[in-house]
Amino acid sequence: MIPATFDYVRPGTVDEAVTALADAGEDAKILAGGQSLMPLLRLRLAYPDSLIDLDRVDPLREIRDEGDTLMIGAMATHHQVVRDPLVREFAPLIARATETVADPAVRHRGTFGGSLAHADPAGDLPAVALALDAVFLVRSVRGEREIPAADFFVDWMTSAMEPDELLLSVRIPKLGAGWGAHYEKFHRTAQAWAIVGVACAVRRENGTVGEARIALTNMGSTPVRASEVERAVAGGAVSEAAFRSAAEHAADGAEPPADLHGSSEYRRHLATVLTARALAAAAS
Amino acid sequence: MPRIRVDVDGATYEDDVEPRVLLVHYLRDRLGKVGTPVGCDTSNCGACTVLMDGVSVKSCSVLAVQADGRDVTTVEGLGLNGTEHPMQRAFHEEHALQCGYCTPGMIMASIDLLRENADPSEEEIRDGLEGNLCRCTGYQNIVRAVRRAAGEMREPSEREVAP
Ligand SMILES: Cc1cc2nc3c(=O)[nH]c(=O)nc-3n(C[C@H](O)[C@H](O)[C@H](O)COP(=O)(O)OP(=O)(O)OC[C@H]3O[C@@H](n4cnc5c(N)ncnc54)[C@H](O)[C@@H]3O)c2cc1C
Ligand code: FES
Ligand code: FES
Repeated sequence: MIPATFDYVRPGTVDEAVTALADAGEDAKILAGGQSLMPLLRLRLAYPDSLIDLDRVDPLREIRDEGDTLMIGAMATHHQVVRDPLVREFAPLIARATETVADPAVRHRGTFGGSLAHADPAGDLPAVALALDAVFLVRSVRGEREIPAADFFVDWMTSAMEPDELLLSVRIPKLGAGWGAHYEKFHRTAQAWAIVGVACAVRRENGTVGEARIALTNMGSTPVRASEVERAVAGGAVSEAAFRSAAEHAADGAEPPADLHGSSEYRRHLATVLTARALAAAAS
Repeated sequence: MPRIRVDVDGATYEDDVEPRVLLVHYLRDRLGKVGTPVGCDTSNCGACTVLMDGVSVKSCSVLAVQADGRDVTTVEGLGLNGTEHPMQRAFHEEHALQCGYCTPGMIMASIDLLRENADPSEEEIRDGLEGNLCRCTGYQNIVRAVRRAAGEMREPSEREVAP
């Protein structure tokens, strides 16, 4: 189908983009890579009055080393993120999860920031951002503010950003020596969304688990932190048995959706199995 | 209406376009380049894959206005000099199509794949083409065709280098 009509604005700078977003009012939408928004426009599930296209706002594509953190610009494409040496070294969980997103052509256009702003709990990157305690930097004409990942994902496809706010970049605390990471994604076919996914990072300390960070994809209306499992493995042995028993708590408190790919019960079961696998892979 | 200037298959076009026009519809309806088909409404099938500034994109997920100032190659831009592109020839010789609906997208995605990896394994080919759906062939011959084209493109056969 053909999208409904809209005004099109193509800013060249962040300031122009923020002003355009404020001027356009509540029914404006940011266009990033378009890999989620364009199908919605075509199906007429979205019909904004205006689109503010960030395609030519090049500074938003930057990925930068900021000492203890890594700054990933909102418009960095999935393709760029997967190949970036800084991401591969200091945030391998992001590289691994992004490799599983969609297909090469979608990864050429789709962006890191777009995936997070979209706040789809079935998307792979929200859980990753949550597990890594990422911090979101957003700006409007009213000023800039930071939103921690734990507060960013509010509900299904709903973030804590106001309609006039633009996501500029995301700060990722670096995981240094001793950390291992893994993204375990369960899906039925190639190029498919996760039925359930597990983002996991583990720090080993003298043969035990020093600390674990775990968050789940598609287990509720937002990504879900598996805090019970994190507590259960901390200080314990690096062993599959220990991981399996801790992972029994993976779905505690989660309210997973039911759809044609699986019932809620099935997803709960998957969460426990995949979390044990993710822990073992991240710790190895 | 915004005015765009875009290079498509070696020619430059200037047009006024409504912002909501998708690149694939611009190519087909305005430029008559119907070699690029539309197979879905959800950007899943990959039938509409073209190269924009050299990299594969699904032209149903890009607006024509976004192609302003860019260089687009469709399947019709291959073999313009009268010789088939090695990928086209390999698809023909390996019988990598039945109805042919997915073929333009498959060929463009395969060319993109070889740009990044000149000698892909069978698994890498299947991975690289995961965004392109074929409802007829069962993929076996497509994978064979891409391997054959990769071989030819690494070591051009006499047929290719002959004047
Ligand atoms: C066939 C297919 C398969 C896919 N499979 C997967 C998958 O397996 N896993 C996965 O995680 N994703 C998948 N995706 C989605 C893909 O990752 C998209 O890139 C992503 O969801 C959205 O990013 P985008 O840059 O394309 O954003 P857009 O589609 O341009 O925007 C998405 C939303 O975010 C808003 N937005 C974007 N950027 C900003 C910003 N900087 N500030 C404020 N708001 C903003 C937009 O207004 C819009 O509402 C798939 C997509 C397709 C087409
Ligand atoms: S028509 Fe573009 S992906 Fe299906
Ligand atoms: S040949 Fe018919 S869809 Fe691929």
